[in-house]
Amino acid sequence: MANMAQAVRMALHFGEKHLGVTDVFGEDVGPPLGGVFTATQGLRTAWNTPLDERGIIGTAMGIAYAGGRPVCEIQFCDYAFNVLDMFKIAGNQRWASGGGYDMPLVVMTPNGAGIRGSLYHSHSFESWASRLPGWKVVMPSNALDAYGLMLAAIKDPNPVLVLLPKALLRAKDTRLIPGEPADADELSRMIDAPVNDRAGWEPNWPELEEHIVKIGSAELVREGTFGTVISYGRPLPLCAQAADELAAHHHHTFDVIDLRSIFPYDWNMISKSVLKTGRVLIVNEDTEVTNFGEHLLRRVIDEHFYDLVVRPRTLMGKHVPGIGMNQNYELNSVPQLGDIRTALWDLATEAA
Amino acid sequence: MPDANEDPPDIEDALLRRGTRTAAPSAIRNGRDTLSVEVALTIFRQMLRTRALEERSIKMSKSGEAYFWIGGPGEEAFNVCLGLQINKGRGPAHDYLHLHYRNAGIVLAMGMPMIDHTRQLAMRWTDKHSRGRNFVGHYSIPDWNVVPVTSVIEVQFAMAPGTALVQKRHGLKNPTEAQGISVVVGGEAGTAEGDFESCLNWSTRPGMELPVLMLVTNNRYGISTDLDAVHAHRPVADRAIPYGVRHETIDGNDPVATWHGIDRAMRYCRRERKPFLLEATVSRLHGHSSSSGAQRNWNETDPLAAFEQKLIDSGAIDTNAVRALKDEAKLEADEAVVETMKEAEPTRDDVYAFTYAESEVDAVYPKDYTGLPGGCS
Repeated sequence: MANMAQAVRMALHFGEKHLGVTDVFGEDVGPPLGGVFTATQGLRTAWNTPLDERGIIGTAMGIAYAGGRPVCEIQFCDYAFNVLDMFKIAGNQRWASGGGYDMPLVVMTPNGAGIRGSLYHSHSFESWASRLPGWKVVMPSNALDAYGLMLAAIKDPNPVLVLLPKALLRAKDTRLIPGEPADADELSRMIDAPVNDRAGWEPNWPELEEHIVKIGSAELVREGTFGTVISYGRPLPLCAQAADELAAHHHHTFDVIDLRSIFPYDWNMISKSVLKTGRVLIVNEDTEVTNFGEHLLRRVIDEHFYDLVVRPRTLMGKHVPGIGMNQNYELNSVPQLGDIRTALWDLATEAA
Repeated sequence: MPDANEDPPDIEDALLRRGTRTAAPSAIRNGRDTLSVEVALTIFRQMLRTRALEERSIKMSKSGEAYFWIGGPGEEAFNVCLGLQINKGRGPAHDYLHLHYRNAGIVLAMGMPMIDHTRQLAMRWTDKHSRGRNFVGHYSIPDWNVVPVTSVIEVQFAMAPGTALVQKRHGLKNPTEAQGISVVVGGEAGTAEGDFESCLNWSTRPGMELPVLMLVTNNRYGISTDLDAVHAHRPVADRAIPYGVRHETIDGNDPVATWHGIDRAMRYCRRERKPFLLEATVSRLHGHSSSSGAQRNWNETDPLAAFEQKLIDSGAIDTNAVRALKDEAKLEADEAVVETMKEAEPTRDDVYAFTYAESEVDAVYPKDYTGLPGGCS
């Protein structure tokens, strides 16, 4: 029943206790705040940094060189653009040194729109991140996967970027993380810092167990025959909801794939589903020009052109400079439930 | 003007440097600083080897044995004095080196064979630093904590606080291993990047000051741009002042001054576990790189020639011994190149290798990168 922020926090605690995490750090990550989304409250190794993203990534690389296991945060992915070259370097260290140095670091950052974040708290980063060879990039759509992907990111000895859909950070999972108390209020009393006086507060961590979501493994969250929907992160629950509505009202069923890993992505699952349905829709909220979804579209066309029965399609964010503060901007530039439902209907009903 | 990379004209014999002393001195001096003759001659020999390797490297870039050269002729005094004082080894008890691409003298003085340099220059698969992938001088030596050199200017200054943080903690836990420091080297032009300031900031967090030795070699140019045209006319070392960081500017062309300047700064970092900013003025004898021709600039002070003269004047060495050392260094460089050119190059099968470390939690790449997911590449 944990929300995604609590799931990340519990994963980092598990990482500190069992997986050798030495440092959890970033802007406002340590006490008293414990992260602007509370994802790092109560962690033993959490500390606050100067307001300096380049220093954060550089220091993480240094800690990794010297044998530590750093997890660092860029407070919003909107502020990761001034570290793109540091990301490139972290991604190429192993290749460039002929295997001389591993780069076991985790960067986590809130991603996407949906919290009325205006121009600079609404960016999507996965398409930029997909152009960083040497990295692995994951994005959960629910709390349990956030826990499992974070543990995988920590265990993986390569640089892993964990993109957290910020609109889902408060979304509670219906499932329990192994070891989590069944009562959500009890969990909150155990691990949420008090709102006011935090001096002397210590979390009471549940006895958590390991739960790994392997990097590169997608999940088929709905099964059907009328089409294949590939998504991840924030739009994924909307795709599942739209598929459920069309199944209930029109008996049109869909394969809905939660990709979970941007890179490496689970091509085998995509390929199998496309062979079955011959109809493909790719949904994400990043801007549409040179979008990671276009790469998936290219592979679908390259390898399944003659298996398709209708044209493959995408539903993505509009190519505009930002998400405007007035909700009308976001509603009309980022895919919404209605847009997804319409796109699914069109996909299923277009004559072959 | 003589051609690049060649000794000054045929009048060399007439210019032979002759000492006037009859008895060997006990020490080489610069003001109050002295070096024993033994240390001075060690530095001199390593400077000669570095120069011979750099001049042979420039020839390789012009002969077609290599494509691109960049390096540090003119920085031999600084690099060798630094390399000889490194606490060499692997792990946080030893020094971490965050170098840039003019530091051949550091790793040669630490004991790296010349062939490890020429293999990278000639882009061989046997290149231990990068398997023929990176520019020359972009060393990576895990056994000596030399982290991979990157062409991107100044990023190493953002990384050094990370290794220093691990070293600081390691020293607090293991007092007998509290000597390791993080040595970071860059040019003066790079100090314009924010990463330089990041290093100062992250090394001076109250209560968690870090043992980072920040070294700036000031050759007064960024490729073609004169320092005086784009920076305030203040010593780079003054940038330490607002952070309360100890700092000094030294003559990096004089091995005696340089040896002691580095020694003072290092001892402070090792003992106090705090940062130090040391600026060394140096020469750039062959321009920025082969892109600008790598011609010898005879107007710059040559630290090697100056030290040679000083050693001869003091009677520490004679011209015959100097000539023998030069011949020996050139032969060593020639032999490294001959051997290198016999060795294998990378092939198309090597493109993906070493992208990923093995991972038990990766469903697609449990071993290494193999092309796009799903086996289609």
